[in-house]
Amino acid sequence: MTTKKPDLNGLLFVLPAIIMFSIFTVYPFIKTFQMSFYSWDGISPIMKFIGFKNYKDILFNDPLFWKAMLNAAIITFLALTVQNLVALLLAVIIDKGVKFNKFFRTVFFIPPILSGIVVGIVWKWIYDGNYGILNAILSFIGLKEYTTAWLSNTKTALFSIAVVHMWKGFGWGFVILLAGLQTIPKELYESAAIDGADDFKQFIYITAPLMLPVFFIVSILTILGTMQIFDLVYSMTRGGPAGATEVPVTYIYKYLANNELGYATAMAVIFGLILFSLSIIQIIISRKLKKT
Amino acid sequence: MIESKKLRISAYIILLIAAIICLFPLLWMVSSSLKPLDEIFTNMSLLPKRFYFKNYIDAWVKGKFEVYFLNSVIYTICSVFGILLISSLCGYALARLNVPFKNLIFLILIIPLIVPLPGTFVPLYVLLKKLGLLDTRIGLILCYINGGLAFGIFLLKSFFEEIPKELEEAAIIDGATSFQIYFKIMLPLVRPALATLAIFNTVSIWNEFLLALIILQNPLKMPIQRGIMMFHGTHITEYGQLMAGLTIATLPVIIIYLLMQQHIIKGITAGALKG
Repeated sequence: MTTKKPDLNGLLFVLPAIIMFSIFTVYPFIKTFQMSFYSWDGISPIMKFIGFKNYKDILFNDPLFWKAMLNAAIITFLALTVQNLVALLLAVIIDKGVKFNKFFRTVFFIPPILSGIVVGIVWKWIYDGNYGILNAILSFIGLKEYTTAWLSNTKTALFSIAVVHMWKGFGWGFVILLAGLQTIPKELYESAAIDGADDFKQFIYITAPLMLPVFFIVSILTILGTMQIFDLVYSMTRGGPAGATEVPVTYIYKYLANNELGYATAMAVIFGLILFSLSIIQIIISRKLKKT
Repeated sequence: MIESKKLRISAYIILLIAAIICLFPLLWMVSSSLKPLDEIFTNMSLLPKRFYFKNYIDAWVKGKFEVYFLNSVIYTICSVFGILLISSLCGYALARLNVPFKNLIFLILIIPLIVPLPGTFVPLYVLLKKLGLLDTRIGLILCYINGGLAFGIFLLKSFFEEIPKELEEAAIIDGATSFQIYFKIMLPLVRPALATLAIFNTVSIWNEFLLALIILQNPLKMPIQRGIMMFHGTHITEYGQLMAGLTIATLPVIIIYLLMQQHIIKGITAGALKG
């Protein structure tokens, strides 16, 4: 083929995707910004323009929105540290070569493929104050004083959800980290072992530096994924008790369900900008890492 | 291999504990789904005294899981088909045809993979309402298709680019049209990528909840994840039936996963290591 003239026929192939994208992604995206300057219940034909009032109310007058952000940030922090360290530990062990490694790999990735709703409801029952297996186990091993209604106690509810989130998420970090580990040539470890480096030293001087870009990807995906947590919270507590487990998406959803669309979209914009800046920071840092 | 024996033993203990923690809630769910209500609160053993399958029949018929399950099957098949069709057409054209502004079009279409767009479900609700698609099956399916396009185009374009030019050129000399080349030559060659996309999207659409929550009101149209929440809201004390419903909702995903594990893992790693 030598023709270089633009192939208009090709546009027909691209058109369905462009139409779908324009209607269901671009339009809602632009509409979010527009609606955020209005007060609108979604039913009345008149949308009342109120300028930045929604934004002012959210920024200065809505402590529950910031509590929701903080709650999501706490779960995110736990996922970044505890969940990813567990994932890394397991990935390193499997990468070293163990028997039954196929079995373990299969099992570790089961929780991530389950639906948030199913997982939330099973755990809700495990946590149940009266009939839950967790309290039964605690009583059985003599820790009865620690039993509680895990999800209705404001002190334990958020932490309990974080545990389920990490249970569901670690296998996913495990798979990505393992894929990264397996790209490291085994000869590097062998020659280091000949030079007398033990497992720990090999990890610090070979694995960790080479894995830095993968650590970064896993971290940013953990942050973006966890901040937008919804299904688990919705099925376990719906944000209760008393806002103790409220997260941004459940909070935005409540305003949508309550037909306060302007306010809901303004929250979506603020939340989106925060996530957007986080991913921009990540892209800048990972560019710098690639250069060095 | 791990050299020291002590380390090796502790490694196996760690793996075993992690595996038990992963599996226990699932085993608990299945075991409770097989116990009658009075046994659920008294017998804490994972093994039921006898298998009580009536929970499944009740959940399926009385609990309407029959309806929810069938709805989910319809939504998943239609959406996955739509995703494969639209993203393979687009990915093929962007990779092989001389489409004007193709790099720009590609970059715009994969924006959702790079930029998080939370909360667009609010205007999406307004849009569907305006279009008269709120509480309709087609409205939900269109949203699911759109949700899968960015990743589909991204993955398929890279696969189409790897196919050698000679195959295409021979077909052009034989007078084949672009569409014939796409359908008869190119599509069969990217079958592995199509399979990865199909499996990956099947699992995520089967598990989707938020859009189904916003778009659908009519219980007869609800997919299984919403059906579970409906059942949970109305039969709060029927733990046996509830766990049977959860097992019904989980079984297809587990079966697909066990049979097609490689495709799901590929989808995850391709998605994550794209940057």
